[in-house]
Amino acid sequence: MTIGIEHYLTVAAMLFVIGIFGIFLNRKNIIVILMSIELMLLAVNINMVAFSSFMGDLAGQVFTLFILTVAAAEAAIGLAILVVFYRNRGSIEVEAANVMKG
Amino acid sequence: MVIATLAFYLFSAVAVASALMVVLSRNPVHSVLWLILTFFSAAGLFVILGAEFVAMLLVIVYVGAVMVLFLFVVMMMDVDFAELKSGMSKYVRIGSLIGLVILIELLMATGYWSGWIVADMAPDMRAAVTPALEETQNTIALGSILYTQYVYLFQAAGLVLLVAMIGAIVLTMRHRKDVKRQSIVGQIYRDADKAVEMIDVKPGQGL
Repeated sequence: MTIGIEHYLTVAAMLFVIGIFGIFLNRKNIIVILMSIELMLLAVNINMVAFSSFMGDLAGQVFTLFILTVAAAEAAIGLAILVVFYRNRGSIEVEAANVMKG
Repeated sequence: MVIATLAFYLFSAVAVASALMVVLSRNPVHSVLWLILTFFSAAGLFVILGAEFVAMLLVIVYVGAVMVLFLFVVMMMDVDFAELKSGMSKYVRIGSLIGLVILIELLMATGYWSGWIVADMAPDMRAAVTPALEETQNTIALGSILYTQYVYLFQAAGLVLLVAMIGAIVLTMRHRKDVKRQSIVGQIYRDADKAVEMIDVKPGQGL
């Protein structure tokens, strides 16, 4: 049997849903939440590359590069915020971040 | 063809299983390591799809830089992770319910049951048609459109990275008062009058 585009889309859908599940499951641990977001972005990238490959359109792979760039920037900024937060509060619990609550 | 099919199933099974372990494992260090395995498997899928450049980028940039950054941050913080996991079981039921609903919706949309149908006019609407494999390689083809057709987006991506770099530095930089630092200006303006003191030592007396 041959592997079609729907196989890749299924794998990507499963990875995306695992990412969403991870955000629900690790609601206190912001590091794992960041990793779940990385998983979801990876799923998007798999979709992009699958469409690019099966349609014969290189633009999908170009946009995968840009998604990778933005994801790397997001991870760097997120981890920097996390380090500052940990330095100030001594904890990385999401529920401890309630100072700005009205 | 059989090998490609087997490789697809191997890589996708490893990717999904290790993604589950990212979410479920108790120790965030293990989560990062499982995430690295997920990215490696995804890179394998990209190679099967013929996107070698993106696959290598995933391995070099993601595994080599971003995941190592994650690992640094996780290991730098001395956090009681067992305490963070305490409320986990509360959200398993609602999380898996929502996940299942979204998964079924996504599978319906992606044609898991019905198959994927390409519209007739879709091949004419391609933005950058992939050249044949005999003609040129994936990396060369990507480079030739990245620096011409998408050059503004490429510059914008560089700008995003620059802003992220400056932002991360500004956020985490701090000047600690209790640390002794080198004062370069002070060193430059120090001259012999301040540094050397002439003492007239009388014979037989010492200092």
